[in-house]
Amino acid sequence: MTTSTGKAGAMRVGALLLAMPLLLWLFLLVILPHVDLLLVSLRERISYGKYEFSLINYIEFFVEPLYWNTYVRTAVMSLMATVLTLMIGFPVSYYIAKVMRGKGKNVLFLLCLIPFWVSELVRTFGWMILLRESGVISNFLQWAGIADGPIEMLYNDATIMVGLVYTSMLFMVVPLVSVLDSLDDSLIEAGYDLGGNAFTVTRDIVIPHAMPGIASGCIVVFMLTLGNYLTPNLLGGKDSLWFTEQIYTQFITRFNWESGSAFGFLLLVLSSLIVWIGLKLSRQTLSETVS
Amino acid sequence: MSKKHGALRGSLLGLTALAGMVMLGQTAQAEELRLLTWGGYVPDDVVAEFEAETGIDVEVTLSNNEEMISKLRATGGGGFDLAQPSQDRIASAQLEHNIYKPIDLSKIDASLFIPSMLEATKANTTLDGEVYGVPQIWGTDGLVLNTAEASTVKDYIDLCSDEVAGKVSYRLRRPTLIAFAFSMGMDPFAAYNDEAAYQEILDKVEAKLIECKPNVKTYWEGSDSLLNLIRSGEVVAAMAWDAGGWTLNNDNPDMNFVAPSSGALGWVDTFAIPRKAENEEAAYKWINFVMKPEIAARITAASSYYTASNGASSLLDEAQRKQFETSFPQEALDNINWYPPVPAGLEAIEGKTLDRVKAAQSN
Amino acid sequence: MADQFDLECRDVVKKFDAFTAVDSISIAIPKGSFFSILGPSGCGKTTLLRMLAGFQAPTSGDILINGSSVLGVPPNRRPVNMVFQHLALFPMMNVAENVAYGLKRRGVDRSTIEKKVNDTLARVGLPDSGPKQISQLSGGQKQRIAIARCLVLEPAVLLLDEPLGALDLKLREHMKVELKQLQNEIGTTFVYITHDQSEALVMSDQVAVMNAGRFEQVGAPQDLYYSPQTAFVAGFVGESNRWKGTVGKTQGDQIVINLPTGGSVVASRVVHPELSEGQTVDVFVRPEAIAIDGQGKTDNAIGAKVENVLFNGAASSVQVRDSATGHEMTVALPQTGAFANLKAGDTVNLTWAAEQTRCFAKSEKQGAAA
Ligand SMILES: Nc1ncnc2c1ncn2[C@@H]1O[C@H](COP(=O)(O)OP(=O)(O)OP(=O)(O)O)[C@@H](O)[C@H]1O
Ligand SMILES: [Mg+2]
Repeated sequence: MTTSTGKAGAMRVGALLLAMPLLLWLFLLVILPHVDLLLVSLRERISYGKYEFSLINYIEFFVEPLYWNTYVRTAVMSLMATVLTLMIGFPVSYYIAKVMRGKGKNVLFLLCLIPFWVSELVRTFGWMILLRESGVISNFLQWAGIADGPIEMLYNDATIMVGLVYTSMLFMVVPLVSVLDSLDDSLIEAGYDLGGNAFTVTRDIVIPHAMPGIASGCIVVFMLTLGNYLTPNLLGGKDSLWFTEQIYTQFITRFNWESGSAFGFLLLVLSSLIVWIGLKLSRQTLSETVS
Repeated sequence: MSKKHGALRGSLLGLTALAGMVMLGQTAQAEELRLLTWGGYVPDDVVAEFEAETGIDVEVTLSNNEEMISKLRATGGGGFDLAQPSQDRIASAQLEHNIYKPIDLSKIDASLFIPSMLEATKANTTLDGEVYGVPQIWGTDGLVLNTAEASTVKDYIDLCSDEVAGKVSYRLRRPTLIAFAFSMGMDPFAAYNDEAAYQEILDKVEAKLIECKPNVKTYWEGSDSLLNLIRSGEVVAAMAWDAGGWTLNNDNPDMNFVAPSSGALGWVDTFAIPRKAENEEAAYKWINFVMKPEIAARITAASSYYTASNGASSLLDEAQRKQFETSFPQEALDNINWYPPVPAGLEAIEGKTLDRVKAAQSN
Repeated sequence: MADQFDLECRDVVKKFDAFTAVDSISIAIPKGSFFSILGPSGCGKTTLLRMLAGFQAPTSGDILINGSSVLGVPPNRRPVNMVFQHLALFPMMNVAENVAYGLKRRGVDRSTIEKKVNDTLARVGLPDSGPKQISQLSGGQKQRIAIARCLVLEPAVLLLDEPLGALDLKLREHMKVELKQLQNEIGTTFVYITHDQSEALVMSDQVAVMNAGRFEQVGAPQDLYYSPQTAFVAGFVGESNRWKGTVGKTQGDQIVINLPTGGSVVASRVVHPELSEGQTVDVFVRPEAIAIDGQGKTDNAIGAKVENVLFNGAASSVQVRDSATGHEMTVALPQTGAFANLKAGDTVNLTWAAEQTRCFAKSEKQGAAA
């Protein structure tokens, strides 16, 4: 009896030891910083080096329409970017997974990877070179006689959207291609055979099958977009308002760690909330989506 | 079984090797100077000469005022051996975050500095009788213009005129607020210690900047991207540093720095020692090295930034001196508004103003 | 004439680049019959079926359903339905939704759908399985749901692509009978493809034996078994002992076929009037045509040694070796249970009538042997 419990105990200790790196990692890199963030967000600067517990940073957020507007705008734009990426990524993935065969398939897949051979900064500068008033497209349009004078295509919301979708495409296409690859062709054919057309087969068979891939692609794209800093900032110019920019500003240029932390926490809440709603709406579970 | 042992031994060996390297790294660190500075302040050849002379490796990190303070604040003044904040941002940051240590003036060769500039900087960075900064480089904020197309722009406020609509750029930072305040006939520096009066000034500036927003192409961030905008003709008038204007002038005589009629804004960037600096000796060696007139003149020649080094200006070449005199006739030089130290808390108020300008929709 | 046939193919050809998968096939399938296409793997069965269903277009030739050409008609507009090789039930829907899918696409109203779905589920013997998930069904049940999903649409022709392939042996035997019965009851034309000859023989009214894109022979199962027209059919349908030989002298109504190993086999001139001396032929004799120590006709008589007894109940057989030529043969044991104690090493006398020997002249084209 004692030996057996002893053994079980030893085994539990062994398992714990094995899990130690993971637990340590979780604790040090995930939980601890967030606890710290929460604590910092809940204090108010009284004077030099003196702080007190207070909800002022959160109250500030709700009272000042600027922060609140930026928050909502970031969420809405991120959602739009996610939906757009899905709408473009789905046909592309379908084409890669179901229509292309052999070599062409890999080539097309690699093409989706190309933007990621350079850093996000370089990629964004690439867009700027293309779209700026003295840029490639503007010059081309003038040369072709379509435009009379230089055209500024940078610094507006549509450009931000283009940049965000472009940056996110791969993260949508990869899970979609893998989930569509696993869809048996004969299910699609059976759909047609039983009288379905392209629309109903896609709606009833392809999309339900691809749902876990759609959900995981959307979650990743949404999170990346919400947390993006460079693209909205550089492509949006003077009117770009992005919540991460606001957090950066609070932390770095205002030295206001307290409200920066509060904003960071609010962003975390926002992304968790939207992901949760999305999962509920698509009837997926997180574990299903992640695996 | 034996294989397993082998693997284990292998990884143990690897670990020891790693530990050894870390220790080596630490001993090597004793001969390293970690410098937190601005772009253009440390030309490669100057670094090479210093390394050859002293055997100390220089590791350069480029930054700006706000980031410098944030970086040092995050580490409690660690990670760097020497920083270069502007003189007006030292006292409040030190008071608030305690990130610097006093400068040991006995280790600095005072004769290398222009005396008036050294005294002014010392006065502005003194806290409880201790000095926290000595000057290296100074310059001004003013107008960088393509004079062929923006001849009507004489002051900051003219950036909002119809003649240059859509071809204007400035930063959305505190110098812009101050500059517009001056050019609207107010004196923000006089109101530094009167929060209500300062707020009033800010409100007027805010209204002006929002009204002016449609004129703006984009708010610039890095000086390289601004210079590109001006070179390509997308921007013809900007508020920027004098050195940028002179750099453009070297290639295109139409482009130049112009001191605005309400006065250029004068800043001085300093040397300050972070509180947890590990190699203070190297920091002092570096200060005394780059302030030598011939080295300081080389830095100015390479970057167009002016120096607080005594006697360096006589070593500059004729063209550069002329450039300076064109931009700064004597009355413009006398008209410079030098930044007084920023009281703590001011930046929070300014931040709100800047946020509101950013959030205002221009179209 | 057209309306006796639900389905007709006229010189249908399908080429993939230079490769001809289906080679000028013509066939008319009578209404209400169970028609099987039997052939080895890769002979083009699925390709033919997919052309009937509309997933592939023939390179040339014409396909008629209910008397009119369906070339250019997409799969969802053809009055045929297909049961896929791996069934292709929709895992995202439950059983009832699977069965209702086609009716919904036709815009049938809700109450009719419900009624038809229930009727059809009852007809395939799974009346209460509507709310079940596909993953909760056994292999045989899935099979029946896949068929129900098509039947509920009352197609003119039901196409089945090796639907029993995935089932285990016992279940396959069972489903064979059930499918046959079902087809009998509902009277829909079934076109069934398989590479398993026993499935084809047991269920079909008519079987087409397909080889390398062509039909070798079309006929009732008995015809194929007892009167194969080609060496391929003789070899592919049922078990056979086979030799290669050369036609020798004719003695009365018997022809001697000389084997390269030295021995000879006797065939009937009446059965094979076409053979001429010197021809190279393939020779087939069914294991059950050979008698052990028998009293019947002894046109062929061989002494042989038992090498293996393959006991399989009523289908037991022995493997023997011809003492004279060393040729290996299989002989069926009578179902009476005689020779039950035959064992390896015993010597036996084997006899069979000349009429049981089938010879096929080696023709221009030699199909792949089964
Ligand atoms: N899309 C295609 N492209 C090229 N060749 C094909 C294509 N589809 C089938 N084939 C070829 O046509 C031949 C017949 O294929 P099919 O699928 O009809 O065989 P099958 O008789 O159904 O075989 P199995 O019993 O193994 O299913 C094969 O050699 C196959 O390689
Ligand atoms: Mg097949």
